[in-house]
Amino acid sequence: MSESEGGGEIVLALRGITKRFGPTLANERIDLTLRRGEAVALLGENGAGKTTLMNILFGQYAADEGTVEVFGRPLPPGRPRAALEAGIGMVHQHFTLAENLTVLENILLGAAPLAGLSLGRGAARARLAALSAEYGLKVEPDARVAALTVGERQRVEILKALWRDACILILDEPTAVLTPQEAEALFATLRRAAAKGLSLVFISHKLHEVMAVANRVVVLRRGRVAGAARVAETDARRLAAMMVGAEVERPVPAPRAPGEPLLSLDKVSTPPSGARPGLRRVSLDLRAGTITGLAGVSGNGQAALAALVAGAARPAEGRILLAGGREAGPGWSPRAALREGVGRVPEDRKREGVVADFTLAENAMLEEYRASPFSRFGWLSRRAARARAEALIAEHDIRCPGPEARIRLLSGGNMQKLILGRALAPGPRVILADQPARGLDVGAVAAIHAKLLAARDGGAAILLISEDLDEVMSLSDVIHVISEGRLSPPFARGEMSAAALGLRMAGEGFADAA
Amino acid sequence: MRLEPIPAPGPARRFGLPALALAATAALGSLLALIAGAEPFGVLGLIAKGAFGSKFALLETLNRATPLIFTGLAVAVAFRARLWNIGAEAQLYAGALMAVLIGAGTPAISGPFLLPFMALAAMLAGALLLLGPALLKTRLGVDEVVTTLLLNFIMLLFVSMLLEGPLKDPMGMGWPKSEALAREARLPRIVEGLRLHWGFGLALIAALLVWLLQSRTTLGFEMRAVGENSAAARYAGMPVERTIALTALLSGGLAALAGFSEVSGLKGNLTLDLSPGFGYAGVIVAMLALLHPLGVVLSALFVAGVFVGADSMSRAAGVPTYIADILLAAALLFMSLAILLTRFRVARD
Repeated sequence: MSESEGGGEIVLALRGITKRFGPTLANERIDLTLRRGEAVALLGENGAGKTTLMNILFGQYAADEGTVEVFGRPLPPGRPRAALEAGIGMVHQHFTLAENLTVLENILLGAAPLAGLSLGRGAARARLAALSAEYGLKVEPDARVAALTVGERQRVEILKALWRDACILILDEPTAVLTPQEAEALFATLRRAAAKGLSLVFISHKLHEVMAVANRVVVLRRGRVAGAARVAETDARRLAAMMVGAEVERPVPAPRAPGEPLLSLDKVSTPPSGARPGLRRVSLDLRAGTITGLAGVSGNGQAALAALVAGAARPAEGRILLAGGREAGPGWSPRAALREGVGRVPEDRKREGVVADFTLAENAMLEEYRASPFSRFGWLSRRAARARAEALIAEHDIRCPGPEARIRLLSGGNMQKLILGRALAPGPRVILADQPARGLDVGAVAAIHAKLLAARDGGAAILLISEDLDEVMSLSDVIHVISEGRLSPPFARGEMSAAALGLRMAGEGFADAA
Repeated sequence: MRLEPIPAPGPARRFGLPALALAATAALGSLLALIAGAEPFGVLGLIAKGAFGSKFALLETLNRATPLIFTGLAVAVAFRARLWNIGAEAQLYAGALMAVLIGAGTPAISGPFLLPFMALAAMLAGALLLLGPALLKTRLGVDEVVTTLLLNFIMLLFVSMLLEGPLKDPMGMGWPKSEALAREARLPRIVEGLRLHWGFGLALIAALLVWLLQSRTTLGFEMRAVGENSAAARYAGMPVERTIALTALLSGGLAALAGFSEVSGLKGNLTLDLSPGFGYAGVIVAMLALLHPLGVVLSALFVAGVFVGADSMSRAAGVPTYIADILLAAALLFMSLAILLTRFRVARD
């Protein structure tokens, strides 16, 4: 690809990497090279194989075929320690810090022999100060990690890698949890690191980030390299086309007159949780026959808003109004939400959506097991549960061994189809779809979107929460942007460009005490 | 080395590995017998013979298994809902105490209602004893391992105090024991002339009922869901705190039945050595049964058999009875390993 292009020596070369998980081909014959001081972005949709590739590089998975070479020497497969010793540092999506220790202790942990923890503290502190000044990574060495914001924790992770003399830094979706300001600071750090001769691999599915940080972009699609380009010689449109390919036809919903509000939030506020902001006097109408999209960077209050709609939380201030203007009141709970006809697709499907060790049949009745036909007088009907599971399997094309199989065996997409099918089965009037397509393959995404649109056409009020701006823009009739716990006024379909929404997502244009 | 999950383990793994674990236990036992100077395979044979080899031995094993079934069920029910009840010993004594309080001397009520009343009172005492730690866990996040474990010592000292004081048998020649139960407060034998009381029958019925509860009722569904994934259970609208409280009541009540059954079926009075650790052994029983209520019956028979058989083997072969403790500990460890390896495989780097 770009082997012939100039630059420093090749520090990293992946050749012909192939990795299968059962029948799915996560990576197929992928080649990638990285030069000294270069920042390569690995761009692709969720499920394109980016994280798998980086886990192979870092030794967490062993590739089925292909080799990894660092500074011209082959890296033994499947050994994270070898990768560390060769100078590869990885900053994961989910941080690997000990929360009860301080920043300095976290950095020393595993790097120094245990004796060093007490002996060389002064020297260690000086080195940390030098590193953090060199790369503009401001941290307080003696602060406990538990007290740090997400952005600060990420800085600690990067420092941890630099401490171990990493020359190649891999960052997996580093901005997924950051506010736009924190992301900007991160980009500055990364540019500085590259200028100092570090080589970076930056994984992302967000185009503007890639354009901001990388010299070169490699696009993955369905586990293959779909294209590569120098950032200076391409633009976002061309990259997007490479990313999604020609095969993805986003559905275009027919316009529809908005109906009555079926669930409304009236100036609700919630307390902040950890580093995440709470909601600040948010008002929102979910109307019949309407998909209301919620766009925003993750961690800006989406979780709090979703919890309110799902019944998992009650507002500290303000009211939740149900159909006909009834107030949800202090009895608002998951069960009350279900009773009021709210179908829920939770953000984290493995944590909140399913009980992994239960069968499909048991998971299919998880929200309705107390009602007929699933139970009578406290006695379960296994037949009814199996019948429901079979119906869901048939209707939603869930690929599985059968209704009595444990749901942990299913892929994310099939699990999500069951969760959505379960939510749709009782004919909900309101549907919460929180990141419904995250991490799914193209086929599953299309199936989920089609079901949501069908529910909309059937008169349901749908709240679609997604980090994927394209998803929000193509499905929603009305879009709100959420930033720092504040909600923008509604924009009708087509009223706002992606760029304008992006500015809103970065927190611009909010009247603060709205 | 690291562990990789196996999505769908085959029958060879699911049945072969536990069998291998039992074989490894037997091998270890033989080795120890050899070290103790006895004939290795003979010792295992003597244990089996001492446990199941004669009518007398079998009845002894069934009697010994009875409290273990109750405590095993108590632990299995609680663990299934991720309520770590290590206090079955205390709940057992609470049940035994109620049995003596109601049934000793001249009971206030008589006739056919006495025994059911004793059993229910015992269950209530055990249930309430575990409800406290369960509420502390759900309301304040207090670790129930600590509270239930410490309650064992509190309960034992409390019983000791009662046996030295108000409950002391005036005719006991100074021994710390309670008055004997009245005749109608004793559980009858299942077959006249055979030394096996209805406590065993009650234990079997309890195992069956617990199995039906867990697999066929909404409450059992909630208990399992809360144990497997409480976040999903909560999200689906299950009353998580209430389920944990009900689990505690059931678990404590089951453990208390062990005490009731020992006092009323076997001993006839309450002493401080009523339980040689049946409450703790219940953890082993439940784990060996993979927390399955019907499996608890089998594993209680196994554990009881090892204890009873080791006693008689010791007399015959001169190997110390401690070998029983080692065998059970080894069985538990090997079985845990086998279960781990049915779900994960070791990958070499």
